[in-house]
Amino acid sequence: MNTFALWLAVAGAGAITFALRLSFIALLGRIEIPVLLSRMLRFVPAAVFTAVVVPLLFYVDGAVEVSLGNERLLAGLAAVLIAWRTRSVPLTLVGGMGVLWMLQILGTSGI
Amino acid sequence: MTTTISKADERTYPPGLTTTQEVAHSRRDRASFRHGSLTSQLDETTPSPGAAFLSGAKSIIPVLLALLPFGLAFGATATGNGLSAVEALGMSVFVFAGAAQLAAVPLLSAGASVAIVLLTVLVINLRLTLYSASLAPHFKRLPAAWKGLLAYLLTDQAYAATITRFDEGETAEQDKRWYYLGVAVAIWLTWQVATMTGVAVGSWASEGWSLDFVLPLIFIAAVVPAIKDRTTGAASLSAGLAALFCASLPLNLGLISAALVGVIGGLAAEVIFGRSGR
Repeated sequence: MNTFALWLAVAGAGAITFALRLSFIALLGRIEIPVLLSRMLRFVPAAVFTAVVVPLLFYVDGAVEVSLGNERLLAGLAAVLIAWRTRSVPLTLVGGMGVLWMLQILGTSGI
Repeated sequence: MTTTISKADERTYPPGLTTTQEVAHSRRDRASFRHGSLTSQLDETTPSPGAAFLSGAKSIIPVLLALLPFGLAFGATATGNGLSAVEALGMSVFVFAGAAQLAAVPLLSAGASVAIVLLTVLVINLRLTLYSASLAPHFKRLPAAWKGLLAYLLTDQAYAATITRFDEGETAEQDKRWYYLGVAVAIWLTWQVATMTGVAVGSWASEGWSLDFVLPLIFIAAVVPAIKDRTTGAASLSAGLAALFCASLPLNLGLISAALVGVIGGLAAEVIFGRSGR
């Protein structure tokens, strides 16, 4: 991506994000959230975050790989468990990285 | 330094914004208005703007510690994907939304079209409208410039750190803006410093330590609390399954397609289980 297109994307992303943030703070009293939109918005975090994570865990070199050799998938599942039990972002980060490093060490040492 | 001003009459909520469950709780304490109750006014001292600002900034410190690795990861991911330091910092200043920034970096690096990047950012940041709706009653009397400033600084963390306090009436009306500003400015500064640090250590971090794995970990830490019931679980599950098949869609449309499938899956689950299934 060339520099111009990149800055165009950054400026556009900034403008869109600001508009979303300002929306109801600016419009309060003038409009109401449409019911269907508010019902859809409720599912956006769970849907988007999952859609970001899944390819990063399951895809290895452009193909889905579900095996014990997929260290990122295993470490990711461990992180899900940690996040679920502790609800702590730092513990999830530290635990997930720790499991990944452990698996990589085990993998290279051939155990 | 300390002035006691009657604030009982300022705690009113507007009639609008009644359609979302998310903001419904802001009406919960309607019944608890303190109409000039002398005792409650004597109990509470009204801090100065500076004190409210500091109180907000202090309250957010634990969250800042969790935000640091996130910002570091963004800086490192950005440089790892070929963005310059100025471009990475530019994103942090203009966009100032971690999840969207992190999702945009691989797209920018893969040469996705500007439209795809913007669409992705739009979808990921849609949730900010919910926060905006929820905070709006608390900021409704502010001048436009204040609204603009507070809106620019609106993040998951700033929202989470202030809304409960505001809704429960623990912050005096005239202090809300300063308390929120203290929280939000601390987050903003931390994000910029963390981005710059991430850019600086990026080249070192990207070698051998697999620190790019922090990206999925951050989203895992975000998605788990977002799954609150069967319907949000269905949204996550359907988005995940769709993502497996959509990841190789052309034009990097995979993320948006999978997210859309997830939202539809959530709506479908709501129909199947009913609203009581939440």
